[in-house]
Amino acid sequence: MKILVAVKRVIDHAVRVRVKPDGSGVETANVRMSMNPFDKHAVEAAVQLVEAGAATEIVVVSIGPKQSTDVILTAMAMGGHRGILIETEARVETLAVAKLLRAVVAEEAPDLVLLGKQAVDDDSNQVGQMLAGLLDWPQATFASEITVVDGGLEVTREVDYGRATVSVPLPAIVTADLRLNEPRNAALPMVMKARSKPLAVRPVAEFGVDVTPRLTIEKVSPPAERPGGKLVGSADELIAALKGELSELEAL
Amino acid sequence: MTVLVLAEHDLGHLSPATARIVAAAEQLGTVDVLVAGHDVSGVAAEASEIAGVARVLVADSDALAALAPDALVGLLLPLSERYTHIVAAAAATGRDAIPRLAAKLDLMPVTDVIAIHGPGRFDRPIYAGNAIETVSSGQPKQLLTIRASAFRPAATGNAAPIEPLLPTVGTVTKFLADYRTEGDLPDLGTAQIVVAGGVSFGSAEKFALVADLAKALGAAVGATRAAVDAGYAPNDWQVGQTGKIVAPDLYIGIGVSGALQHLAGIQGAKKIIAINKDPEAPLMKIADYALVGDLFEIVPALIEALKR
Ligand SMILES: Cc1cc2nc3c(=O)[nH]c(=O)nc-3n(C[C@H](O)[C@H](O)[C@H](O)COP(=O)(O)OP(=O)(O)OC[C@H]3O[C@@H](n4cnc5c(N)ncnc54)[C@H](O)[C@@H]3O)c2cc1C
Repeated sequence: MKILVAVKRVIDHAVRVRVKPDGSGVETANVRMSMNPFDKHAVEAAVQLVEAGAATEIVVVSIGPKQSTDVILTAMAMGGHRGILIETEARVETLAVAKLLRAVVAEEAPDLVLLGKQAVDDDSNQVGQMLAGLLDWPQATFASEITVVDGGLEVTREVDYGRATVSVPLPAIVTADLRLNEPRNAALPMVMKARSKPLAVRPVAEFGVDVTPRLTIEKVSPPAERPGGKLVGSADELIAALKGELSELEAL
Repeated sequence: MTVLVLAEHDLGHLSPATARIVAAAEQLGTVDVLVAGHDVSGVAAEASEIAGVARVLVADSDALAALAPDALVGLLLPLSERYTHIVAAAAATGRDAIPRLAAKLDLMPVTDVIAIHGPGRFDRPIYAGNAIETVSSGQPKQLLTIRASAFRPAATGNAAPIEPLLPTVGTVTKFLADYRTEGDLPDLGTAQIVVAGGVSFGSAEKFALVADLAKALGAAVGATRAAVDAGYAPNDWQVGQTGKIVAPDLYIGIGVSGALQHLAGIQGAKKIIAINKDPEAPLMKIADYALVGDLFEIVPALIEALKR
């Protein structure tokens, strides 16, 4: 089995982002960037499939600025074999991302495409589903478990009522949730080795996909501030406050 | 303007989210509700009672039993021609199907909408709710998922006509099994009160204190990712960026630090109570009532006091 894994470089999940005063976006200068956490789980799942003998090759692809080679290198240090960066400085919407990935799928002919279920910057939760739609492949989103069974996959998905296990034939799209696995931290020798793995940097124009945004981002605003906290002195005081709130709710 | 709302349902009942999505969709145009599934006549009857619904379309088919996204999109594709907006709740079914449908229609969807400013102008949170993006779309059709928690439910008392469709869809996805969290607790996404616990409970047995307090209050139970990862709570109780979004009148967080990914799920809470031994925990800083102390002493005392 050949696996394509898509990864995205985003503001590190631990950074508290700040909205720019002019409302044009969030502050990205001098902010720590890293691989989208969900994508780490997707990479780890691919590596585990190789280790289990179920897959033979992992191609890592990212779309973004030159610096995105960092996250491709991280994925290759974890066990990816080859990397492709589709380079662009522009804002690329999920639909265009899905179309670019479709072009890579046409070149690489993977049996499985693994992606994170969402990226923690725009929180869209769209690309995997869109790629599946464009390719007319089955999709198993929000995966917390993947097993290979003769020619297909059994995937346990996290859904609103708990979990559901489905089977899909290959080729298929799977998007990773956080309980899928524990992504490894690549040891230094693996990081060094990743630098000698093939990484093709290709301009977005090469793919013949129209990446003009369909949506206009009019403005980005900070969320409503919550008034500051109020300490209560004792459990009794809290109980009184709680009862007060409850009777207000009943009055509604 | 004509809007098709995809109904959310489970075990033969309409989810409480749907009445909220209908209320939101009414801002966009005339609302038809689509009930897709197998043996869903009861769901259709419930949907027809929602105020503001013009028609309920019912697609009843074996292939739709598990709402596999390929089958659902196969159903929605021809239907979408008649509508300016296709809308679903930002919940598992809608999140799965709407982007797939959008790609097939060569459209950019807008997901997790929290405010509607016009037929093609919406607010959606980004960066775990630390920023709100206002987007406008000049596309001929809008595909949306909407956060139920951001809208009030439509009233009931309607009797909209129910029209069967004859779906001819198929799926390659086989449904094998589900794992449900049993219980009679209120729906987390739309509950008026939510009691949430963190990893500091230390075991599933002790986490039951959260459910005990919730029962005493008629509340739904939530959990942090850390508590779910540790196996103290089922995954469908997770609240946050990657869990459920709640907007109760009252949220009680017990031993919950208030990591930004958790806060992402409770921004719509009207009042917050926090119980934590660390006064510096981020949730304590934004709580309307914050009590410093040991949860193992405070929670039983609360339960006792509420029984009285
Ligand atoms: C990509 C990503 C997505 C995530 N999505 C989510 C999500 O959707 N939801 C979510 O919740 N998290 C999410 N997280 C995890 C999040 O970052 C935090 O790790 C998590 O919320 C912490 O859970 P916690 O509050 O239970 O644990 P901790 O942060 O460890 O906090 C425990 C708290 O309990 C207090 N405490 C300990 N003992 C006691 C006691 N005896 N009495 C009273 N208080 C006590 C401590 O003071 C502390 O404040 C995500 C993380 C990432 C990277």
